Amino acid sequence: MEKKKIKILIAKPGLDGHDRGAKVVARGLRDAGFEVIYTGLHQTPEMIVNTAIQEDVDVIGLSILSGAHMTIFPEVLRLLKEKGATNIHLFGGGIIPDEDKEKLYQLGVGKLFDPGTKISEIVEYLNNLFKEK
Amino acid sequence: MTNKEWEELEKTYEEWEKRVKDLPQCTLPLFKTLSDIPLKIVYTPLDIKDFDYLRDLGLPGEYPFTRGIRETMYRGRFWTMRQFSGFGTAEDTNKRFKFLLSHGETGLSVAFDYPTLLGKDSDDPMAKGEVGVCGVAISSLRDMEILFDGIPLDEVSTSMTINGPAAVIWAFYLITGEKQGVPFHKLRGTIQNDILKEYIAQKSYIFPPEPSLRIIVDIMEFASKEVPKWNTISISGYHIREAGSTAVQELAFTLMDGFTYVEEGIKRGLDVDTFAPRLSFFFNSHLDFFEEIAKFRAARRIWAREMKNRYGAKKKESLLLRFHTQTAGCSLTAQQPENNIVRTAYEALAAVLGGTQSLHTNSMDEAWALPTEKAVLIALRTQQILAYEIGVTNVIDPLGGSYYVEYLTSKLEEEAYRYFEKIEKMGGMVAAIKAGFPQREIAEAAYRYQKELEEKKRIIVGVNEFVLENEKIEIPLLKIDPEVEKRQVERLQNLRKERDNIVCERRLKELKMAAKSRENIMYPILECARAYCTLGEIIGALKEVFGEYREEAFF
Repeated sequence: MEKKKIKILIAKPGLDGHDRGAKVVARGLRDAGFEVIYTGLHQTPEMIVNTAIQEDVDVIGLSILSGAHMTIFPEVLRLLKEKGATNIHLFGGGIIPDEDKEKLYQLGVGKLFDPGTKISEIVEYLNNLFKEK
Repeated sequence: MTNKEWEELEKTYEEWEKRVKDLPQCTLPLFKTLSDIPLKIVYTPLDIKDFDYLRDLGLPGEYPFTRGIRETMYRGRFWTMRQFSGFGTAEDTNKRFKFLLSHGETGLSVAFDYPTLLGKDSDDPMAKGEVGVCGVAISSLRDMEILFDGIPLDEVSTSMTINGPAAVIWAFYLITGEKQGVPFHKLRGTIQNDILKEYIAQKSYIFPPEPSLRIIVDIMEFASKEVPKWNTISISGYHIREAGSTAVQELAFTLMDGFTYVEEGIKRGLDVDTFAPRLSFFFNSHLDFFEEIAKFRAARRIWAREMKNRYGAKKKESLLLRFHTQTAGCSLTAQQPENNIVRTAYEALAAVLGGTQSLHTNSMDEAWALPTEKAVLIALRTQQILAYEIGVTNVIDPLGGSYYVEYLTSKLEEEAYRYFEKIEKMGGMVAAIKAGFPQREIAEAAYRYQKELEEKKRIIVGVNEFVLENEKIEIPLLKIDPEVEKRQVERLQNLRKERDNIVCERRLKELKMAAKSRENIMYPILECARAYCTLGEIIGALKEVFGEYREEAFF
């Protein structure tokens, strides 16, 4: 039987319109064989979590360059818990200083990728994640 | 050259080329510009055979202005050193402005936070976590008054990166000037007000294209009567480039946006020479040194030609492409951030050799955060070293006549015209944007560049080569105090209690009426601002009339 494709929601939360990274990653992951949905801009945490549940995704990837990461990641985690969707893995990328990263990792956020990351590194990360399960 | 001399040169070159072809040469990194233009190993007169000095270059300050828009260029006056700044509350940014001015900055440039850029008040639910983070929070005239407290607005020119809500933020500024005793006609500065590139690249749009263009023409009309020294639009390639475009795309889409604004003004019945002199430009200066210089030169030549021939401009000032430059934010690396000082210096040099009127140099820490005082001072010093120490300002357009630079200038021009034709066939820029054409071209270029980096066809020091394992970032980063949001929201809520809310309601109603009619909406917006209606309230009223733009998500 063919293995089910890993389904990923790439999301752009908040008011920031810098979507170059989100789009490049979405396309790179699609080319690497994942099933990818992109939310488009200006999403609230509520909208993102709702889309993730409706679309039955395995992973949410947030792209944040605006500095609002300490508000948005915890809120998405909280909503996932509230809606009983803790099976969905949350990771992200953008401009997130190391000390903030540590705090977010402790809350249960998956890997946070820096600018300059190769798409192949993200692919490897996601593949490993689902191999373990 | 005589025919015989050409033939001799051709023969000599061919022989040389044959000999050189078999010599060992590297194949990587790519010998292509960032716009994918393949490059020869050397350029000769054979590559610019049709070159005609007077037609293609002229003298500085003379048509077609390829060599520069002023006769004296930097011997007359250096470019304006203008660092884009803004963070936290109006008080925080006011302090930064004064710091920069005291160290030799010659113009101000305001960076607004995301809520402000999207026309939302600091207490809007969508603003949570973003107040004062990417720029300064300005929700009303009160904040603007604090922002410029103690800075005489008749002595400094101010550029404001504001687009969707440009008319409102400008109104706040104009009245701040008025309250300082500076009449509108003495105020100098720029509002970005370039909505087309928001749909294309930066995505800080509010209304759909048609009402947005109407507001822009209202602004151009109002300025030509009331604020004649103001640059009403800064037609921007910067953000197009940051979104991943090539230099050619930046050039082509920006100029096409410019033509669209000119056509809208003419459609309103305005004489092109009344508003064209107040249109200005804003370009990116990226890493490909010579291609960037060629881009600036080509931009001046194309603009002058089209303004003269296609739009019938008569005044010399209407033909001049005056531009601000910012070094490429997207070329900064998060890794080994100190190296960004060097990148920025080269990019700034390209802007100066390209004849910029104004310059922002990025700070080394800006891949991580808004800059610290120390980092921004180094960035400003980079400009001062360029101006005063290394001799590049002594002679105008020193690369003019270089076979390579002239070839590239013409090549970029040719490629830009190819895009113009394509976009015109689609029914113009607005139609092309609605069809997602420039957006897709840019996304395509961004993806290609990413692949070239991953395949190491291009090298970025510290990112895909010369990497430090387990690197720790050692430079200090600016942190925005979470108290900023609380303080800002408190001020806004106090304002709502103190002002005359009945007057505010009346002003907003009048604004909606004007928006529904064909009246120029700058006048009622100014009245709203005077009554201390907030940014969110004014934009909210306009949204009721104009609606909101939503883009189709694709990747």
